[in-house]
Amino acid sequence: MEKHAVQLAGSTSEDSRLKTLFKTLSKQKMLMLMSLPFLVWVILFKYIPLWGWTIAFQKFKLAKDLFDQTWIGLDNFKSLFQEQQFYLVLRNTLVMSSINLVLGFATAIVLALLLNELRKVYFKRTVQTISYLPHFISWVVAANIVQTALAPEGIVNVLLLRLQLIDHPILWLGVGEYFWGILGVTEVWKNVGWNTIIYLAAITTIDPTQYEAAEMDGASRLQRMWHVTLPGMKPVIVILLIMNLGHILESGFEAQYLLGNGINVEFSENLDIFVLKYGMQMNNFGLATAAGMFKTVVSFIFLIAANNLAKRMGESRLY
Amino acid sequence: MEHTKTARNSSIGDKIFDVCNIIFMIILVILTLYPFLNMFALSFNDANDSIRGSIYIWPREWTLRNFEYVFNESNVFYATFISAARTIIGTIISVFCTAMLAYTISRPEYALKKFVSMTFIFTMYFSGGLIPTYLLNKELGMLNSFWVYIIPGIIGVFNMIVIRSFIEGLPEGIMESAKMDGAGDFITFARIVLPLTIPALATVSLFVAVSQWNSWFDVFLYNSSRPNLSTLQYELMKVLSTSSATTSSGGSAADAFANAQGNVTTVTPTSVRATMTIVASVPIIMVYPFLQKYFVKGMVVGGVKG
Repeated sequence: MEKHAVQLAGSTSEDSRLKTLFKTLSKQKMLMLMSLPFLVWVILFKYIPLWGWTIAFQKFKLAKDLFDQTWIGLDNFKSLFQEQQFYLVLRNTLVMSSINLVLGFATAIVLALLLNELRKVYFKRTVQTISYLPHFISWVVAANIVQTALAPEGIVNVLLLRLQLIDHPILWLGVGEYFWGILGVTEVWKNVGWNTIIYLAAITTIDPTQYEAAEMDGASRLQRMWHVTLPGMKPVIVILLIMNLGHILESGFEAQYLLGNGINVEFSENLDIFVLKYGMQMNNFGLATAAGMFKTVVSFIFLIAANNLAKRMGESRLY
Repeated sequence: MEHTKTARNSSIGDKIFDVCNIIFMIILVILTLYPFLNMFALSFNDANDSIRGSIYIWPREWTLRNFEYVFNESNVFYATFISAARTIIGTIISVFCTAMLAYTISRPEYALKKFVSMTFIFTMYFSGGLIPTYLLNKELGMLNSFWVYIIPGIIGVFNMIVIRSFIEGLPEGIMESAKMDGAGDFITFARIVLPLTIPALATVSLFVAVSQWNSWFDVFLYNSSRPNLSTLQYELMKVLSTSSATTSSGGSAADAFANAQGNVTTVTPTSVRATMTIVASVPIIMVYPFLQKYFVKGMVVGGVKG
């Protein structure tokens, strides 16, 4: 019934735009039927929670109806910014996401460069397949693996003892100062293979004649990697770096929650755990929502800034 | 003379580089696989024997006791069923709906194309956050229900972009000719577009299935008081969180988990954890390598356009 939709759209130039729109839409009933239920869904599940931000300005009590709450202005934000714990979790969030950013980028770029130099296609594919594995397992499994490996009789302590680098087993997760390092290494272990996908795709777009020219000029293997492959990856690196700067307040949640414990809490607790703790465990919904709102708004500002930066640097826009 | 010398030198340099590179890759493979092999060895090894230590990548005393114990005497069997159910139902519903939505916003003539896609893409950057989302699901009566695993995640925006990009890459003539034959949009989508989109659907199905299978936080948040809606990952998480960094081999509360079943002599917390880890990761390990060529493409498309 809508087979002429294309021809009809825009053919009634004498009508006002709104009229045209409705006329077009009446021809596109099926397309609307196929998309509008999801529009309702997205408004319900993604936009109405935005309205839930009003909780940040209320003395929210679960027992009361949503519309009967007491408004208290900016009191929640005041107590949030006076909370010592808030600055601690903010520090942890920023430090952990910076570590993840730097380590994640460096390791993935190096691994992509090295994978690209493998000559045997079959070997390369096998390594790649295996390197994707940790990305697909859950954080629960990953945390379990980390705890097992770092246990007093776990493989890490066994190896270090055998190599005589330490003389007694270390409780790795029992020393707060080690947490950021452990988390950084775990993130690399879990995602380094996965993160190479996009770089390897970028490498395949490099013009092969560039390598030939470099070879003619007597460039060594490492020189070719440095002067041809790496510059070829640069646009993708820049885009991903900027995109990730926009997510600097997203240091992850599951890893910190699952690997964190009473002893390393000063280093492992981040903003997301703070929100969970205040909201779900202490029932201070107002303060928790204020913290969540702070996170989203600051993230959005970072993202806009990152996007502008990308534009200014001549890269294509991000969104 | 001079020239041959440098050529030979560089080829020796090349060889050294290749050898180092291969050694590096082998170390990487070992670092990636060792933890899984270790869990495998512990799960198939006699629990009491494991206490002696030195189990690395191969069981010393083979047994199926750990698996028998985990499936018979705990909530794990039922939780595995719920995990499988949410993975299968969630993936089918989500992939179908996301593909349908992606089709509509891939149609150049659709008047609401821009409006609908922007409404969804905006949500990638803004979200209400944990508390409002929790309260909403509570208001909607989705606490203590299976559907809280499915409905809030029906549409994945990233997945929508992946499928849309794929459909936009299909030859327009195919859809034109379907319309010429009098097929409506739904028929065109279901009969023509869906079969042609299988590479993208495979990618998206993998992403959705993996996230369904792996999730535990929604169980913890919404259904922690309903043991019959628990999932495998959540059961594993409970075992994990009861063991603390300060105690050895799993910890006292995990001991309690084993003791509560009155079976102290046959299993240990370490073996229970290893066995559950294997049960929780084997389905994924068996599936993802076969979809590699699809998800690599999907990541590149989504990574660039997202």
